[in-house]
Amino acid sequence: MSVFPAAFRTIALGVALLGAASLAASADAPKRVVSMNLCTDQLAMLLADEGQLISVSHIAFDPLSSPMVEQAARYRKNHGQAEQIFAMQPDLVLAGIYSDPYSIGLLRRLGVEVVQFPMERTFDDIRANILKMGQILGQQDAARQMVTQFDTDLAALGSVTAEHPTALLHYANNYTSGDKSLAHHILLAAGFANATTEGGIAAAGSVPLERLLLLMPDLVISGQTYPGASRAEEVLDHPALRRLREKQSGARLTDAEWVCGTPFVLRAVMRLVDIRKRM
Amino acid sequence: MAVRTPLIIVLLSALTALFFLSVIIGPAGITMADTLRALLWGQGEAATLVMREIRLPRAILAVMVGASLGLAGAAMQGYLRNPLAEPGLIGVSGSAALGAVIVLQTGLAAVWWLALPFAALGGALASVLLILLLAGPRGSSLTLILAGIAISALAGAMTTLVLNLSPNPFAASEVVFWMMGSLSDRSFDHVWIALPFMIIGWILLLSLGRPLDVLTLGEDAAATMGVATGRTRLVLVLGIAACVGAATAVAGAIGFVGLVVPHILRPFVGARPSSLLWASALGGAVMVLAADLAVRLILPDRDLKLGVLMAIIGAPFFLHLIYKTRGEVR
Repeated sequence: MSVFPAAFRTIALGVALLGAASLAASADAPKRVVSMNLCTDQLAMLLADEGQLISVSHIAFDPLSSPMVEQAARYRKNHGQAEQIFAMQPDLVLAGIYSDPYSIGLLRRLGVEVVQFPMERTFDDIRANILKMGQILGQQDAARQMVTQFDTDLAALGSVTAEHPTALLHYANNYTSGDKSLAHHILLAAGFANATTEGGIAAAGSVPLERLLLLMPDLVISGQTYPGASRAEEVLDHPALRRLREKQSGARLTDAEWVCGTPFVLRAVMRLVDIRKRM
Repeated sequence: MAVRTPLIIVLLSALTALFFLSVIIGPAGITMADTLRALLWGQGEAATLVMREIRLPRAILAVMVGASLGLAGAAMQGYLRNPLAEPGLIGVSGSAALGAVIVLQTGLAAVWWLALPFAALGGALASVLLILLLAGPRGSSLTLILAGIAISALAGAMTTLVLNLSPNPFAASEVVFWMMGSLSDRSFDHVWIALPFMIIGWILLLSLGRPLDVLTLGEDAAATMGVATGRTRLVLVLGIAACVGAATAVAGAIGFVGLVVPHILRPFVGARPSSLLWASALGGAVMVLAADLAVRLILPDRDLKLGVLMAIIGAPFFLHLIYKTRGEVR
């Protein structure tokens, strides 16, 4: 766990920069920002000035999906509905590319500026979105610094390796992730190979369990489960996978740190590197 | 127990052939020789996992579920002397699904593994009792079907409600599974959960051969021949609840098996309820194995639901039966 502090530095930086950044913020930067998407929530919380961000989405309060539950408590909660957001009188709304188009359309018709962020599928996308968030919030220096720190921390994780054990990403309903996903790049960054793409299954999607088993991955990484029961998640604990896991060790769950392209993915990478070194 | 020997041989050969096909055909694309080497001698680590933990339990479950549903259908029809009585259509499966969904969502099923089959059995039991109460011993088609419609609708709505209220984001989309049934990604866990209840159900229902034969002569005649109608009804209700409850708990509500199978086999057994029980158990197993194979061959990647296929085959039968008995349905 020697790399632990390094992975935290980027995040700590975001908080530490708050005071300094306020001086750099230009006069025409937005002053009442509302974020309605889990991933823009995190980038905004990391980069916005004290008082600049007023509300984040309700998902930012859910520990299953959000790595910033504590920070989120300082903001008002919104449910992504146009009426509720408009009532907060924002001068800028941050949304994802897949946020509800009706809510966004309505906000725009009401004269509110809405900026949509693309999903991060690679680490370059993460860097681009950090810089874009910095640009929009008038926190360019803080954003540049965060990207530099992100790259330094990533390099410090010691993920360069000659051996690339295979890891299978296995979610509810037998979904798996191909090379166009952030999870795939988290695996690569930690020195793993994605068993799915190695086995010639290029596209992400639902793949029959027996085809996944034939890949014989060195590690199975399962999606986290939600409260309440579902048949979709039952397959994560299928006896065939239990047999496969008997020979494997380490934490094998994707969690809130895998969801969004933010500096938090470094913690996921760090845990995987740790598992790989013990294999 | 005058089961015609040729019929038994035909059904058993079909069962064996379909079981074999069910085990060797699958999306993993393992060759036939390799599947058998993996299944029987454990050669090839990955192939062995696939064969022993995925395909084998699925084929076994298809046999168990099919036999249970075929048997329950034949028993119910024999008792009510009405070919339209089928547990799936009159809401027994739907009520079992409601019981299963409630214990799954409240977390009881995770605490105690027997909670799932018991709850499904309880749901089935309540609906069978209600149906018999409403339809009476003669089982008039009109009351049977009307009561069945109401119970099905209520159970379906409640199942949907429970799944919609679940905190689990996947649960709501699983209404389809509970209403239509499927055997995909089932495992030996499910075999062990269902098997004890099914065995009890099979023993109870198969013991009804003679009473059902005698009942064809009418209740008074049955009583004079020493058949205790009260006891027969109790055994029937418990047997159907155990069979349908266990099947639904692991595979969802699969309709029409208990309707179609006895209907096809009735002419071959000389319409004797006792012979029809055995034949329908075997026939049900054949039918569900075949349907599950078809599901995998038609749309291998889309998890086509068993109940959908059974309804496509079964609904015309049902309509035909209604047409034939329409003089009675008044």
